[in-house]
Amino acid sequence: MSKNREIPPLHPASAMDFLPLAQLREVQFSRLKDMVQRAYDGVALFHKRMEERKLKPADLHSMDDIVKLPYTVKTDLRDAYPFGLLASPMKDIVRFHASSGTTGKPIVVAYTQEDIADWTRAMVRSFAACGVHAGDVIQNAYGYGLFTGGLGAHYGAEGIGASVVPISGGNTDRQIMILKDFGVTVICCTPSYFLHILDRAAELGVHVKDLPLRTGVFGAEPWTENMRERIEAGSGIKAYDIYGLSEIVGPGVAMECTHQGGPHIFEDMFYPEIIDPKTLEPLPDGAEGELVLTTLCKRAMPMLRYRTRDITSLEPARCACGRTLRRIRRIGRRSDDMLIIRGVNLYPSQIEAALLKVEGTLPHYQIIVDRKKDLDTLEVQVEVTNEALEDTVGALEQLRKRLGHAIEGVTGLRPELKLVAPRTLQRSEGKAKRVLDKRIL
Amino acid sequence: MKLKQLSVFLENKPGALGAPCRLLAKNHINIQTFALADTREFGILRLIVEDTDKARRLLQRHGFAVKVTEVLALEVPDQPGGLVAVLDALDGTGINVEYAYAFTTKSKGHGLLVFRFSNPDGALKALQARKISAVGTKELWQRLKG
Repeated sequence: MSKNREIPPLHPASAMDFLPLAQLREVQFSRLKDMVQRAYDGVALFHKRMEERKLKPADLHSMDDIVKLPYTVKTDLRDAYPFGLLASPMKDIVRFHASSGTTGKPIVVAYTQEDIADWTRAMVRSFAACGVHAGDVIQNAYGYGLFTGGLGAHYGAEGIGASVVPISGGNTDRQIMILKDFGVTVICCTPSYFLHILDRAAELGVHVKDLPLRTGVFGAEPWTENMRERIEAGSGIKAYDIYGLSEIVGPGVAMECTHQGGPHIFEDMFYPEIIDPKTLEPLPDGAEGELVLTTLCKRAMPMLRYRTRDITSLEPARCACGRTLRRIRRIGRRSDDMLIIRGVNLYPSQIEAALLKVEGTLPHYQIIVDRKKDLDTLEVQVEVTNEALEDTVGALEQLRKRLGHAIEGVTGLRPELKLVAPRTLQRSEGKAKRVLDKRIL
Repeated sequence: MKLKQLSVFLENKPGALGAPCRLLAKNHINIQTFALADTREFGILRLIVEDTDKARRLLQRHGFAVKVTEVLALEVPDQPGGLVAVLDALDGTGINVEYAYAFTTKSKGHGLLVFRFSNPDGALKALQARKISAVGTKELWQRLKG
């Protein structure tokens, strides 16, 4: 078996990727007006915030007026838990997803039938952009469930006419068996997990280079050119960066084309801005700042100028592929303290909420993130206090387990929990250094 | 009579045991007896000292996590079946021996053992019913010094 490198003809859904700029701005503005009207009419929070600014939907006259709209932040979603930001009646909602909030409760997102169709279209355009086509066999190793990755990629893969293997995450040996036996041509997962698959395949004597697998659609965590080189050299596939977030839709907000020059944002659906995260002033294309996204089509849960906290820039130069869609530079850091571990978003405040729940008061703790054999590891060290100390090994082991379970309950990640002696964790200038991220990407 | 014991949390690594012991030594606090429980990652040092409160304050002030636990010091005949008498007294009470360790001293053919029972008061009562008495603090120090 060998890799088929033939470039397929463009998918019809990709036509929107090439709209002339003037026409693209028209589409964007007409969608923006409708969406803002729906948000203003349907969501109390947006209505209130626009009233405070003495702003009516009719006051928007061009795409440039988007800066008049209020920002939305993650805590708005948390405060609205679970259904406070819905703009559609429950009878029109066909799906919920959820992702990590900053404390104990997740943030909830919702979709109407139309939203699912739009999302599927965005994912079809994503696959098409990197040359995936009908007839491909797609192994979807993103997690299925509340996480948007699994179902988002699944619908797009079916939408483009590929054969989908909905394997979800984990069980690496089985992933490798199916990769080989099914003649899989495209894999979707986090880039670090694919590196892990490559390590394991080598141990099992499976030569990925000799398999039909030719394309990887990698996302849900930040990665680097260095990782891309390792992936491509180790497997002979082409590795593409896909970007998305639940608050906006899930995967498929932006996707790299075959030129691999950074993900193109599907701007006709998700309007990007870059702002200074401190002053909140809009920045021009090319300047680095925080990515802000506005959903132009969403019905169930429209987002006005959502602050993603991802630090990037909008690439001013046109891509060689001819798309008019702007590209974002690789996302390397964030303007908040969110960590992404095995594709799962994690806030230190979630760990705090869990520890507080078990112990009653917050002990000193440290989060240590590392990458071993290309898999992220999460260790939480907790200082034992006089109050929490137990006199038997069994009772201390119980405490350790309770703390671990509480963290898993809130974050969905099972930590290696370590009890340590008081005053052993680093404190800098009186303020504890809570997170030690040792990963080298 | 119940006895107070200090339990000190230690990480399981070289030097961890030395730190609290050196601190006590520097402050002229004698460890009458001790026991160590450990797992792969952490340990618990259990100590019997004369002035429990002073030692606890000292250790906590120096950053150790310390818990005070009630234990019983029992005189057990140093002969076959000596320990069995204690265990027999607890039969049917539902009281569990969580751990036990010994003093190194021996007097009049008796050994002195430290027991941590799941219910110290219940154990004391059950033992008294069998005429097994626990050694009180004062008595203990007299004996240890004499």
